[in-house]
Amino acid sequence: MDQSAEKILAKGNEAIAMAAIDSNCLLYFGYPITPQNDIPEYLSKHLPPLGGEFIQAESEIASINLLLGASATGKRAMTSSSSPGISLMQEGISYMAGSELPAVIVNISRSGPGLGGISPSQGDYFQATRGGGHGDYRVIVLAPSTVQEMYELTCLAFDLADKYRNPAMILGDALLGQMKEPLIRKKPPALPLPPKDWALTGAKGRKPNRIKSLYLQEGELTEHNWKLYQKYERMKKEEIRFECVGCEEADLVMVAFGSMARVAKRVIELAREEGMRVGLFRPITLFPYPEKPLYELSRRVKRFLTVELNTGQMVEDVKLSVGREAEVYFFGKPPGALPTPEEVFEEVKKSMR
Amino acid sequence: MFITIFGGKMELVFKRPESLIDVPFHFCPGCHHGIAHRLVAEAIDYFKIREKTIGVASVGCSVFMYDYFDIDVLEAPHGRASAVASGVKRALKDRIVFTYQGDGDLGAIGIAEGIHTANRGEPITLIFANNGIYGMTGGQMAPTTLLGQKTTTSPYGRDFTYDGYPIRMAEMMATLEGSAFVARVAVNNPTNLMKAKKAVRKAFQMQIEGIGFSFVEFLLACPTNWGLSPLEANRRVEEEMIPYFPLGIFKERKMADYL
Repeated sequence: MDQSAEKILAKGNEAIAMAAIDSNCLLYFGYPITPQNDIPEYLSKHLPPLGGEFIQAESEIASINLLLGASATGKRAMTSSSSPGISLMQEGISYMAGSELPAVIVNISRSGPGLGGISPSQGDYFQATRGGGHGDYRVIVLAPSTVQEMYELTCLAFDLADKYRNPAMILGDALLGQMKEPLIRKKPPALPLPPKDWALTGAKGRKPNRIKSLYLQEGELTEHNWKLYQKYERMKKEEIRFECVGCEEADLVMVAFGSMARVAKRVIELAREEGMRVGLFRPITLFPYPEKPLYELSRRVKRFLTVELNTGQMVEDVKLSVGREAEVYFFGKPPGALPTPEEVFEEVKKSMR
Repeated sequence: MFITIFGGKMELVFKRPESLIDVPFHFCPGCHHGIAHRLVAEAIDYFKIREKTIGVASVGCSVFMYDYFDIDVLEAPHGRASAVASGVKRALKDRIVFTYQGDGDLGAIGIAEGIHTANRGEPITLIFANNGIYGMTGGQMAPTTLLGQKTTTSPYGRDFTYDGYPIRMAEMMATLEGSAFVARVAVNNPTNLMKAKKAVRKAFQMQIEGIGFSFVEFLLACPTNWGLSPLEANRRVEEEMIPYFPLGIFKERKMADYL
């Protein structure tokens, strides 16, 4: 485990795998799927010498259930996949949310629907932020936009999962997973975490622990769902993360996450060159969504342009967040190629008219 | 152990296993699940592993395992118990991990997870409850439902041209290089029951000694959904189930087999 502050060159996917190891996650289960294979490849090599476990499962369904079992022992565990595989995992994610089991699930998303393609896409936004499986639950969703963030947010995801006893997801995409950037492999300070007295370790010197999501007695399930709700509300109070670039003076603020936020950052420069004041609001937590900061911003800024690599998903959250007087425009592109900064800038100009 | 009854000292020859909680089972009259539960609990007691055993419950009548076993229990999604148990075992290699899965759970929705768990040779114990029917959902056809057997979704009797054949899980498990111990047992009479007890004990022993994946298939009666009295259901196990699902030990590896 290299904790020095040395700068290395790493792929986004590798950064996630390194973060898992540095977060003391020595249990990984997964099934191959492009474009995230660097994660299982890295961990299959590096976990066994550390005494960890790597299983290439027979399916993503098995992967998520191996994860469920490992996480029930209180140990840190991770799986990763890409969109179609994440769809297969939704049953298990729902059970983990219902059973209050912490673990990290990485979605290096590709394009859909169906088999779609292997190009980057943000088409899984709804699935990630609305729970994704059956039942009334949420998953903590973190959206990195650099290789450095792939590393740091993965470390954070383990802490948040443990803090809330809830699955946490990294939502990246093919671009972020495959590109190489400088990485400072230094683990951010850990959050204070509650003890895992719920873990299944064998009922030695204590009453047996049970981990389940079935509640059949009258009122039990209602109470359980309220408890989960309270947890999600607490996340909204304590875990909002976002980045604002040039929002202070902006006449228009773009809202974008992940790889699209990278494009948007270049748009700010293009706009500046033409004397226009354009900012970027970048949600880092997609759940909990930074509703309040966005609302606060909308008291001053009246024009927002949501930029996504899909035909319009996060824009719904932007509309729900901003005040009534703010206008929300949308520019999206279905998967294939990322829009160029120039293309987005044209949309900015249209929205400014 | 001796107990005092009516002022006289008597040897205690039969009692509730320590690993079973002192509550009545919810199972229907004549159902064999309770007996299979008891045999598992007896094995846990025998090896004194109650404090290091983790059970994985599946979906079906057996889901309430945590109400009966005085051990740590994890509830798995339908069909996924053996994957879940593998996850537990990989995280805690020195603990004893077992699943208790019905025929829908293992033979239908979870057949991939079951086979790959065996094939990886995960040193866990899989207790498979085969009663040839979906009990909890009200008597639908299972992958192990016998040909001609009427269920709520095979009202004319199971016909292989429409529904395929009953799956013999034990035989299938035995073909896998990863499995170490595979047996099929029944509890319909004292002789079979004693053999079942021995098989369950052996299965746990295989895990304790690290020999590998162990599998015990129980042929269980489901009088309610078979529409039979408990006695008739017991007879049906003998006359209809055992001829198609033969009892016995299909595989028994020794540590030396791996060298």
